[in-house]
Amino acid sequence: MFANPLSLVIWTPIVAGLLVLATGGDQRAPLARWLALAGAVLGFLVSLPLFTQFDNLHGGMQFVENMPWIESLGINYHLGVDGISMLFIVLNSFTTLMVILAGWEVIQKRTAQYMAAFLIMSGLINGAFAALDAILFYVFFEGMLIPMYLIIGVWGGPRRVYASIKFFLYTLLGSLLMLVAFIYLYFQAGKSFDIQAFQALKQIPLQVQILLFIAFFLSFAVKVPMWPVHTWLPDAHVEAPTGGSMVLAAITLKIGAYGFLRFALPIVPDASIELAPIMVGLSLVAVVYIGLVALVQTDMKKLVAYSSISHMGFVTLGMFLFTGSQMNAWAVEGALVQMVSHGFVSAAMFFCIGVMYDRVHSRNIADYGGVANKMPIFAAFMMLFGMANSGLPATSGFVGEFMVIMGAVQVNFLVAALAATTLIFGAAYTLWMYKRVIFGDVDNHHVEEMKDVNKREFLILVILAVTVLGMGLYPQLFVEKMHLSVNELIAHVAQSKL
Amino acid sequence: MNWADLNLMPALPEMFLLGALSVILILDLFISDAKRGITYALSLLTLLVCAVIQVSTFEPFATITLSGMFVDDPLSDIVKVAMYGVTALVLVYTRQYVKDRGLFKGEYFTLTLFALLGMNLMVSASNFVSLYMGLELLSLSLYSLIALQRESGRAIEAAMKYFVLGALASGLLLYGVSMVYGATGSLDLAKVAQAIASGSANQTLLVFGLVFIVAGLAFKLGAVPFHMWVPDVYQGSSTAMTLMIGAAPKLAAFVFVIRILVQGLGEMMADWQGMLVILAVLSMAIGNLTAIAQTNLKRMLAYSTISHMGFLLLGLIAGNAEGYSAALFYVIVYVLTSLAGFGILLGLSRAGFECETLDDLKGLNGRNSWYALLMLLALFSMAGIPPLAGFYAKFAVIQAIVNVNLLWLAVVAVLMSLIGAFYYLRAVKVMYFDDVQDNSPIAIPGDMKLVLSLNAVALLVLGAMPERLIAMCVEAMKQSLVVL
Repeated sequence: MFANPLSLVIWTPIVAGLLVLATGGDQRAPLARWLALAGAVLGFLVSLPLFTQFDNLHGGMQFVENMPWIESLGINYHLGVDGISMLFIVLNSFTTLMVILAGWEVIQKRTAQYMAAFLIMSGLINGAFAALDAILFYVFFEGMLIPMYLIIGVWGGPRRVYASIKFFLYTLLGSLLMLVAFIYLYFQAGKSFDIQAFQALKQIPLQVQILLFIAFFLSFAVKVPMWPVHTWLPDAHVEAPTGGSMVLAAITLKIGAYGFLRFALPIVPDASIELAPIMVGLSLVAVVYIGLVALVQTDMKKLVAYSSISHMGFVTLGMFLFTGSQMNAWAVEGALVQMVSHGFVSAAMFFCIGVMYDRVHSRNIADYGGVANKMPIFAAFMMLFGMANSGLPATSGFVGEFMVIMGAVQVNFLVAALAATTLIFGAAYTLWMYKRVIFGDVDNHHVEEMKDVNKREFLILVILAVTVLGMGLYPQLFVEKMHLSVNELIAHVAQSKL
Repeated sequence: MNWADLNLMPALPEMFLLGALSVILILDLFISDAKRGITYALSLLTLLVCAVIQVSTFEPFATITLSGMFVDDPLSDIVKVAMYGVTALVLVYTRQYVKDRGLFKGEYFTLTLFALLGMNLMVSASNFVSLYMGLELLSLSLYSLIALQRESGRAIEAAMKYFVLGALASGLLLYGVSMVYGATGSLDLAKVAQAIASGSANQTLLVFGLVFIVAGLAFKLGAVPFHMWVPDVYQGSSTAMTLMIGAAPKLAAFVFVIRILVQGLGEMMADWQGMLVILAVLSMAIGNLTAIAQTNLKRMLAYSTISHMGFLLLGLIAGNAEGYSAALFYVIVYVLTSLAGFGILLGLSRAGFECETLDDLKGLNGRNSWYALLMLLALFSMAGIPPLAGFYAKFAVIQAIVNVNLLWLAVVAVLMSLIGAFYYLRAVKVMYFDDVQDNSPIAIPGDMKLVLSLNAVALLVLGAMPERLIAMCVEAMKQSLVVL
């Protein structure tokens, strides 16, 4: 079992996390940090073979591992990745490494527990992306609520209790209904929880499909999050520690979008087509309205949180652009690129805010001004990430948005026009915030005392900057991995199950 | 009676238990308070020997003996072994607690063993008379155990409430049984089942009897609307006795219900299913909603128990082998979980201090992160969050009811468990997010710490590998219930 690369990427971080937890109290914090770093590096290294050894010419599942787990309940330990899920496992392992570094000396309270929570969560997230058994997926999907709940609640800001409970209950509400949907499908698919067996079901009446879609929707839309079930995200982000925000924005949101691709679209294609206009409408609301909401935020983290919702609106938009029963290949791939890109960019944005927060202990835009005078290196990096967040060409943010808009133009011009407003709003809220925080004269003595980034922060910023630019200049590296899987998905969704 | 046919082997564990407890009862008279540890050790030894006998005489089929009064089948074996283990855990967890309160007396052990004997009888009875005898032996032992703390007004009040309402429930049950007897002419479960199947019994009388029996059983399980005693008794009793009531008796009560409703009145499934649906939905709803309003942990766990009994009933409602074995798995996991939860409360209590409100858990993570983690495992298991054992328990019963096309009931059940998640989360919040209030050291004896840790970690291990236990439950149900 432990020879399979997928089992390795799941269990390496979890075992490392348990070891870190065993180091105990804060007097052994240095040991916990180094052990966590070793675990994260190892976790990242074992995820790399997935990327390098992935066969681009093979559209189905790779690295498959299947063995009985709970036979009495019909549950298997069934793992496998295609070109879509593989990317997110690598992205997650990468982000975990960044998060461990980002929390290095910032977290002084219960360091071991903090590091362990992130490592364990990383393993669970990898599990959710790799699972091909619906209940195995569910176990990972729900299991990650526990560490996230603790991360927000223990290391978060003043309103952390409210935010963490809201986060937990919102997410649980959606997923419990999905659990019932899974059990229903189990009996339809001849007593199997295999996701591929769910997808291969030949006939499901439209009414049933719509009910199933609603169950999936509630579960995944909360995770994405789509308007109007997005309200937990700003609260959770604002209260979460920097690392929590990075993982939340970079990875956990993607699981929602991934869920639509893996479950909703292929299992209930007719309902997806039937309800696509609603999905497109909700996505556009997220893009336009939430973009405007982001504009008026006074709290930097809240601003980036709303910007995440707006960007994720693009992702769901790309997935539900149909011409007849045909998904739009441009838009779907654009959505996927956008997901990966947003993983890097949002992590970078939250990290930048974290860097400033560690120095001034405020997230209010008004408390800053003229940071560039004191932290020139930092200001340059943040400029790059701000540009990427607004979707400037040559950064990763541009590629995905451009592809989705291209797809939208083919389907409906009005939709494309509305979606394209994001290029304006995104630039507006990001750059306006940047101007107020970074430029101008030094405003107060807090900013006066700010010191530029240290080596650790510099390292993180460089790594993130390289990935953001790399993805913007050569997106092919990622697109070629997902290409066949996306085509297969589109072909599958095009077959009606009525 | 033909003495040559008398087969006592199936009842060997019970006979040993009775003998051993009589010996302990007499021996204890000659033991001074300082050496009470001997009684404690002997009681644990008795449980161990019982378990060994039970396992070594295991047979994968049912044997009926003692003129049809007693049955030894895999279902009873698995539940009895679980009860020995649970009772042993209860004794370990409560030792320090009862010592601190001056209750470390011989009566404590003998009454506990008598209660166990009663439960064994409930689990192995195949006749309404023996069922009732077991039930009363258990109940009377529990009443006196609660009242053992005789200088505490609250405990006496709890014992009285339990006694009065318990007697009422027994009365209802007996009244129902008498009607069934009137309709079928027998008290033997198998003969009752035959008579009903043949259609010769008076249907009206039977349904009337069934209503009373279900009401009596619901009282014993603590299902809404017959739940009123549960919170008061849980809160009023000393935590040790709360653990005693909340652990092994739930296992026994479950098999008791299986014996009566499935083995005796299985032909009337359509009638009792409807009643159980109402009981289950109400229990899940009222239990979970009311638990939110509680600040006393014992009371909160009492309401949580009520909601868990609702979930348990779902397995019975399914009315097939999968459902019953799912319910059996559920009750075993539930008991294991509540043992861990109450074990922590017992460990945090000390002489002159009862850990029983939410505030008493404040900042537990700061005081001792290991106990906080154990409690966290127990609470998330109760909430049914994977990868803890509680999730698979809930999953199994929900799968069973979806299998019989009760999709709406499954949706109600998951929504109720969402509501339930809130108060478990609040308890976790208090432990992890709040600051330490009471910084007194936690002194848990070494053996208890070890057992408690194993108990809570078992919830996680069982979450990773539940297959063995589930398969055992399925096998036991299939081999025991001929009607299936």
